[in-house]
Amino acid sequence: MVAAEAHNRFIIPLTYCVGLLTAIYPLAPELAWWRPALLPLLVIYWVLVMPEQISILMIWCFGCLLDILLGASLGQHSLGLMVIAYLCLLSYQRVRNYRLWHQSFFVFIFIGLYQLIGNWVHSLNGSAARSLVFLLPALSSALLWPLLWVLLERLRIGQRVS
Amino acid sequence: MSFAVVALVLILLSVFTDLLAPVRARLGNVSAPLYWLVDLPRTVLEWGQEGIRSRSSLVEENASMRAQLLIHERKLQQMAVLAAENVRLRELLNSTAMVTDRVLVAELIGVSPDPLVHRVIINKGASDGVYVGQPLLDAAGLMGQVVEVSRYSSQVLLITDSTHALPVQVNRNGVRTVVEGIGDFHRLNIRHLSNTVDIRVGDLLVSSGLGQLFPVGYPVAEVIEVERDPGEPFARVTARPQAQLNRSRHVLLVFSGEIPVEDSAGGN
Repeated sequence: MVAAEAHNRFIIPLTYCVGLLTAIYPLAPELAWWRPALLPLLVIYWVLVMPEQISILMIWCFGCLLDILLGASLGQHSLGLMVIAYLCLLSYQRVRNYRLWHQSFFVFIFIGLYQLIGNWVHSLNGSAARSLVFLLPALSSALLWPLLWVLLERLRIGQRVS
Repeated sequence: MSFAVVALVLILLSVFTDLLAPVRARLGNVSAPLYWLVDLPRTVLEWGQEGIRSRSSLVEENASMRAQLLIHERKLQQMAVLAAENVRLRELLNSTAMVTDRVLVAELIGVSPDPLVHRVIINKGASDGVYVGQPLLDAAGLMGQVVEVSRYSSQVLLITDSTHALPVQVNRNGVRTVVEGIGDFHRLNIRHLSNTVDIRVGDLLVSSGLGQLFPVGYPVAEVIEVERDPGEPFARVTARPQAQLNRSRHVLLVFSGEIPVEDSAGGN
C-alpha cells in the first residue's frame, strides 16, 4: 500500500501544544476537578481519524512534557496516553462511525481509564483521591467531546490535514 | 506497547528512586515559560487595572498604607528594646544568639493544576541561590518547602499537601507535635496527640525547627477543632494554616544562617 502524502501534518502537534496549555491554565480551586482532559481528548480524536499516520512516539513525548509541567511522576501521563491510544487503535473502526453521543460514552470510559491510571500513580506517592471524584474530568471531557469533534473536523477538513 | 512499558518503568523509577531527579531539574526549565504564557492574560488584565486607576482611589490607598506603616513603625520601636532585652537574657542563660534569617522576595508564577497535588511554582531558581528544602513564607506564616529547583524557577510543596508534614510546637506552652497536610487548603491534621495533652481551640502552632529544615518560631497554623473521645487512643485535632496558601502572590524565601543541610529532599 502506498502511504498517502503528508499534508499540513504539523497541525497535530500544534493542537497537542494547545492541550498542554489548557492543562495548566489557572482555574479556581472549586473548578479544578471539572477541568476537561484536553490532551487525551486530542489524542483520541487524531487516533480515531488518522490511525495509520499518527506518531505514537510524539504522543509519548507530549505525555512526558505534561508530567514535567504538572510536577507528576515522570511517565504517569505517558502511560495513560499509551493505554488510550492503544484502545483507540483497537476500536477505531467501530467508534468513529458511532453517533456523537455514543462516542461521548466511549470517551468517558477512555478518559476514566486515563484518570484511573493517574490516580494509581498518585496512590504510589501517597496522595490518591479519597473518593470517585477523580472521575469528574472524564465526565466533563465526555460532555465536551461533541463540540470538540465538530471543531476539529472543521479544522482538519479545512486545512486538509492528511 | 513498548512505549507503555517504558512509561511504566519511568513511573516506578521516579516513585521509588531518586535517579530521575537531575533529569527532572534539567527538563523543569521548560515549564516556567509555559506557566508564564498561560498567566499572561491575568498579568495584562492586572496591569491594565493598575494603569487606569482613579486618582482618588490611589490617594485613599496611599493614606491607608501610611497609617499601616505608622502602626508597624510603632511596633518596631518596641521591637528594638525587646530584641536587646532578649539578647541580654540569652547571655544570662549562656545560650546561643538567635540567627537572623536572610530573605529573598519571590513571586508566584503558577499553581499546580492537579487538585491532588498542592504545589506552586515561584520565579526564583538555582541562579538566585534557591536550594531544595528551603522554606517559603508569606506575610502571615509558613507556606511550604522547595522540592525542585530549575535554573530560573522552582517548585514548592505546600504544607497542606497530603505528603507533607512538619514539626511544630504550641506557642502557649511549648508542646511539640507534627502537623500533616490532608490535601485541603484550609485544614491541617495533628495525629498521634494523646487525649490528655494540653491543647485548646485558638492555640497558635509555630514551627519548632526540630526537623532542621524550617527555621524556629514562624507561625504555621491555628487550632480550630479539638475532639477528645475517650474511646479513641488519640485526640482529633484540626488546625487552619496561617499563611494564605491559595491567595498570596508575593512570598519570601528564607535563607537560614547555617549552611543548608544536604540531602534533605525527602525530609519533612
